[in-house]
Amino acid sequence: MTMKILVAVTRVLDYSAPVRVHADGRGVVTEGVSRAMNPFDEIAIEEALRIKERGSADEVVVATIGPSACQQQLRAALAMGADSAIHVESDATLEPLLVARILLKLVEREQPAIVMLGKQAVDRDHGQTGQMLAALWGRPQATYASEIVLSEATARVTREVDEGLEILDVDLPAVITTDLRLNEPRFIKLPAILKAKKKPLTALTLNELGIEYESRIKVLRVDAPPARPPGIRVDNVQELINVLKDRALLR
Amino acid sequence: MNRVLIVAQHDGDQLASATAKTLQCGRAIPDAQISIVVFADQGNLLAAQAAKLEGIYEVIVVNDVAHAHPLAAVIAPQLAELAVEYTHVFAPATTFGKDLLPRAAALIGAVQLSDIFEVASATVFRRFIHAGNALETVEVNAAVIFGTVRVASFVAANSAEKSVLVREYVPKVSSTSHTRFVSISGKSADRPDLQSAKYVVAGGRAFASAENFKQIYELANLLGAAVGASRAAVDSGFVPNELQVGQTGKTIAPQLYIAIGISGAIQHVAGIKDSKTIVAINMDADAPIFEIADIGLVADLFDVLPELKRAFK
Ligand SMILES: Cc1cc2nc3c(=O)[nH]c(=O)nc-3n(C[C@H](O)[C@H](O)[C@H](O)COP(=O)(O)OP(=O)(O)OC[C@H]3O[C@@H](n4cnc5c(N)ncnc54)[C@H](O)[C@@H]3O)c2cc1C
Ligand SMILES: Nc1ncnc2c1ncn2[C@@H]1O[C@H](COP(=O)(O)O)[C@@H](O)[C@H]1O
Repeated sequence: MTMKILVAVTRVLDYSAPVRVHADGRGVVTEGVSRAMNPFDEIAIEEALRIKERGSADEVVVATIGPSACQQQLRAALAMGADSAIHVESDATLEPLLVARILLKLVEREQPAIVMLGKQAVDRDHGQTGQMLAALWGRPQATYASEIVLSEATARVTREVDEGLEILDVDLPAVITTDLRLNEPRFIKLPAILKAKKKPLTALTLNELGIEYESRIKVLRVDAPPARPPGIRVDNVQELINVLKDRALLR
Repeated sequence: MNRVLIVAQHDGDQLASATAKTLQCGRAIPDAQISIVVFADQGNLLAAQAAKLEGIYEVIVVNDVAHAHPLAAVIAPQLAELAVEYTHVFAPATTFGKDLLPRAAALIGAVQLSDIFEVASATVFRRFIHAGNALETVEVNAAVIFGTVRVASFVAANSAEKSVLVREYVPKVSSTSHTRFVSISGKSADRPDLQSAKYVVAGGRAFASAENFKQIYELANLLGAAVGASRAAVDSGFVPNELQVGQTGKTIAPQLYIAIGISGAIQHVAGIKDSKTIVAINMDADAPIFEIADIGLVADLFDVLPELKRAFK
């Protein structure tokens, strides 16, 4: 039997660009801001590729749900080394539960031993999809992974939790979400980009997957975060200490 | 009437302060009857602690040896079973709550909001997006609303004069064995906890070595402060991961945050926005950290550290 890894990737506003908010509250300015793959998803692809390169997996499939422009990120994933890609077309606002339901349909089609996701998409900061997919699938979840060791039927995952590092054993198939220290994604080389153009990319619609969903979260408005009052500069340590004492922060 | 269920966080002996802060978020829901649920190996003492918190109706305790170490795969089905009786289910936005809540929400098809910063009504909430660079107001239309609570944005609920009743609940679902706890390491046990400390002293890449970073610990000891770090400091191996502050680390809200040799990348700032006073010490007068600092000092950290230590003694 072939051992497959399914990696879910999503397209986000480039996180290195400054975020601006429309003054009328209608949302974050997206015009003229470049898009990129969610950094955690890049780490998920990298990990899947490393597992395959070590001989512990045969195939890496990447999938995304979103408008047609998302195919750009799928091509990037294929150029990194993924074997094939699935694009589920949707222009809707995607709540995590909807994404999880769609991914479950892909899981049923592809029968992966591991589904890898990012721990959170850095634009909407939900951090829910992996856990929701694991719930719907009735399988284990290992979130915030910083190390993955595979054996025959289990994965031993080190998780970055508030208390430190936690180690879990999960039976496969399982859902794993990535944290930043899991690996450092490779750079894409030019010949790989050309080769990726020939790799299979399947397009599906929500209709074909039999998915219906009514959005239940309505964004009323988006504002800039409350501003902090302007600060002051001090010239030396003594002055700093004096100000802290004045403000009763030091005795 | 709204019925709100708060999931308690604890370490087996003590309720975490995150529990009373999450409760405070629940109390902002109008016309609410609030219950706290404790999942533990032997949770009766924990439940008694919870029963003393102000503004609650009852405490539910679910005792199960499988809860000796909390696992989302084990707790989620039990929480889902309870959740259908409620309008809101809240847990702290800690790795515990963030791991657990979406799993339980999906089991009953509920909507979840992550990192709630403010409650405007029973159905309207505010939360940060884009690493804290925008604040979104959302209206939710669902029978049960799940939410993780940005604990740094809420003050802890007080204790009450009288305890409420504790009720034991025995879940109908059977436990799963596909997920097994192996170990946990880290816990800088004898140090003040980053998320509840009044003072935090944090260092960044500029320290250049774990040896140099020890000066942050010395400074923190003098102040009775917790130690924090930027991601660069963690990645460089100066300190363990649990000290990372920021979008992908901890969100903190101390009285005083002192950032030394930290540039102030948006991902770092996302975790310190709720600090009362931010002090920044950085050699580069144009470092972005100065844009949010209340008090800035442009200086070489290696020059000022000895003087700071003397001043804090
Ligand atoms: C998806 C994502 C999530 C992230 N999450 C986090 C997170 O949660 N937390 C986090 O911190 N980062 C996070 N980062 C990383 C973040 O973008 C920055 O790279 C990181 O915060 C930089 O750490 P730093 O300020 O220590 O290092 P640098 O940016 O290298 O800054 C070092 C600073 O020290 C100053 N300096 C150097 N020498 C001295 C000296 N002798 N005296 C005084 N000052 C000196 C420099 O002027 C500079 O400003 C994340 C990044 C991504 C992509
Ligand atoms: N539209 C999408 N298509 C494919 N995968 C997604 C999508 N949205 C989220 N994901 C996956 O779920 C992870 C967590 O996203 P979120 O729960 O939205 O923070 C991401 O890092 C992706 O791996």
